[in-house]
Amino acid sequence: MILSKIFKNILIVLTASLVLSACATKKEIATDIEGSMQGDVYTGTDTVEYLAEGVPDRVFFATNESILTTASRETLRAQAAWMRKNSSINVVLEGHADERGTREYNLALGERRANAAKDYLMTYGISSDRITVLSYGKERPVDSGSNPLSWSKNRRSVTVKAN
Amino acid sequence: MIRKIITLFLIIIPINSYALIEIDITRGNLDPLPVAVSPLSIDEKSRKSFEKALEKKNIGEEISSIVENNLRTSGLFNPLSKEAFLQAPDIANLKPRFEDWNLIKAQALITGKVNYVDDKLRVEFRLWDVLAAKEMMALAFTTVPSNWRRVGHIISDKVYERLTGEKGYFDTRIIYVAEEGLKTQRIKKLAIMDQDGFNNKFLTLGNELVLTPRFNPTSQMVTYLSYFKNMPRVYLLDIETGTQEVVGDFPGMTFAPRFSPDGKKIIMSFAKDGKSDIYTMDLVNRIVERITNHPSIDTSPSYSPDGKYITFNSDRSGYQQIYIMKSDGSDVKRISFGNGLYGTPVWSPRGDLIAFTKLHKGKFYIGVMRTDGKGERLLTENYYQEAPSWSPNGRVLIFYRETKTNDKGEGFTAKLWSIDLTGYNERQIKTPTDASDPSWSSLLSN
Repeated sequence: MILSKIFKNILIVLTASLVLSACATKKEIATDIEGSMQGDVYTGTDTVEYLAEGVPDRVFFATNESILTTASRETLRAQAAWMRKNSSINVVLEGHADERGTREYNLALGERRANAAKDYLMTYGISSDRITVLSYGKERPVDSGSNPLSWSKNRRSVTVKAN
Repeated sequence: MIRKIITLFLIIIPINSYALIEIDITRGNLDPLPVAVSPLSIDEKSRKSFEKALEKKNIGEEISSIVENNLRTSGLFNPLSKEAFLQAPDIANLKPRFEDWNLIKAQALITGKVNYVDDKLRVEFRLWDVLAAKEMMALAFTTVPSNWRRVGHIISDKVYERLTGEKGYFDTRIIYVAEEGLKTQRIKKLAIMDQDGFNNKFLTLGNELVLTPRFNPTSQMVTYLSYFKNMPRVYLLDIETGTQEVVGDFPGMTFAPRFSPDGKKIIMSFAKDGKSDIYTMDLVNRIVERITNHPSIDTSPSYSPDGKYITFNSDRSGYQQIYIMKSDGSDVKRISFGNGLYGTPVWSPRGDLIAFTKLHKGKFYIGVMRTDGKGERLLTENYYQEAPSWSPNGRVLIFYRETKTNDKGEGFTAKLWSIDLTGYNERQIKTPTDASDPSWSSLLSN
């Protein structure tokens, strides 16, 4: 819910301070965090589960955004292929927001994110009858931290088997 | 339970007097009015009867301490220590020795008496202007003994109204969401309590997620969002009977409900295909009307007190901003233009202001602006806070505040806070568990 500009500034400061501290102590932590966010979209695999081998269950979003990144589209194509192969499986797309926004707006934003994922799955041949959208807003974070990395893991749409 | 259980007779003892004491509540009160709240006197027989009925040793003292606490938390009054009082309660109620009260610098004095009459609680109280040596108000009322806390609140409201010229807000309740458990698996229940935190009661069991309860301004109905059967929908709950029902038949999530000022409609958002629009449902004829139709997110609607306008939150400009429109959806106008994002607009019951949550440079603010968007005033800044709700007299805002967690993701809390419209008198409202999404009721009496 923060202007992405503000967010980027925070990120730059964060990255800078991590780099600085990395010089003195643990280099791998700095690379880890740098390597798990691009812009402010989470790119790590920490929280990701798999619907099948090579089929990650979730995609991540930038602050306030519901645009699918290249990586997200790749994940969703894998999900669509898996759903085509398993034609009896229906899914729930659970849309989430981070904690830095008002509750009601976040409910709408979670719905918008899950719908972005739904639209993409439909483009790849999945019938809308097989997809239910459910927004949790900011009510179900996976990471309880109050920092940009935690928030990036929480801005997500998760594909869950419904049957 | 509320308006009905109280067989409350207000007998106004006619008096003619002129207020010399005046409190200006429009600015921050740095100099609260010194007031002496003498314990309500009680005869031994009545005292024993109430002790038996209510398990309270001295109901007179209990009621006066409710009054004292209300007046203190309003920030406008400074109740003086009882230890300094020179005159006994029973005598003071008959005829105060004003020199004595003047000596301890009391400007107003509250006295009274409690009787046990035919299994009922009879209370009379008087408000005195110490400097003018005059009675300002005298009231008596009778009710069932179990209503004793409400009697304290009603006395507080009468005193507040007499001294400030505006209605009080003490005989009211707060509905909110009680929270427990890990941040990632929060258990949430609807809860209700008196405005001062007493008589807390849970209304749901916590089996499903519940959010954003709001009072009907004209009855004991509540509207809220429930994830019953994993289908987030707006519900209507009657807190007298406990019956509840889904509002409307929407093929998707409905959320952000609020009542119209006459209590006859619910206004809310309906999310579909990534868009959220505002709808109303008439509770009598069940007719659903679409109010906005825009590809953006339109949510958090709130009516003006005359019902002619709606303020709402929309990101049609690209980011969350506050808008107003006519209640039929026409004449949409953006009113927030400051730096940052704006959400949760709520129209003041007085009609002149809109309270909101603002996010700017990573901080959250509760603020107010005029209905044309001018005159923005930020009342409080914090790591996270949102969702202001007005006291029925439009003088106080209640909201919730969350804390930042530490490196391990620990230390999360959510609490209710209130602040005066002046930006002064910020205080936490104690709740048995963590709490969020408060909504203030109308005055139960009057």
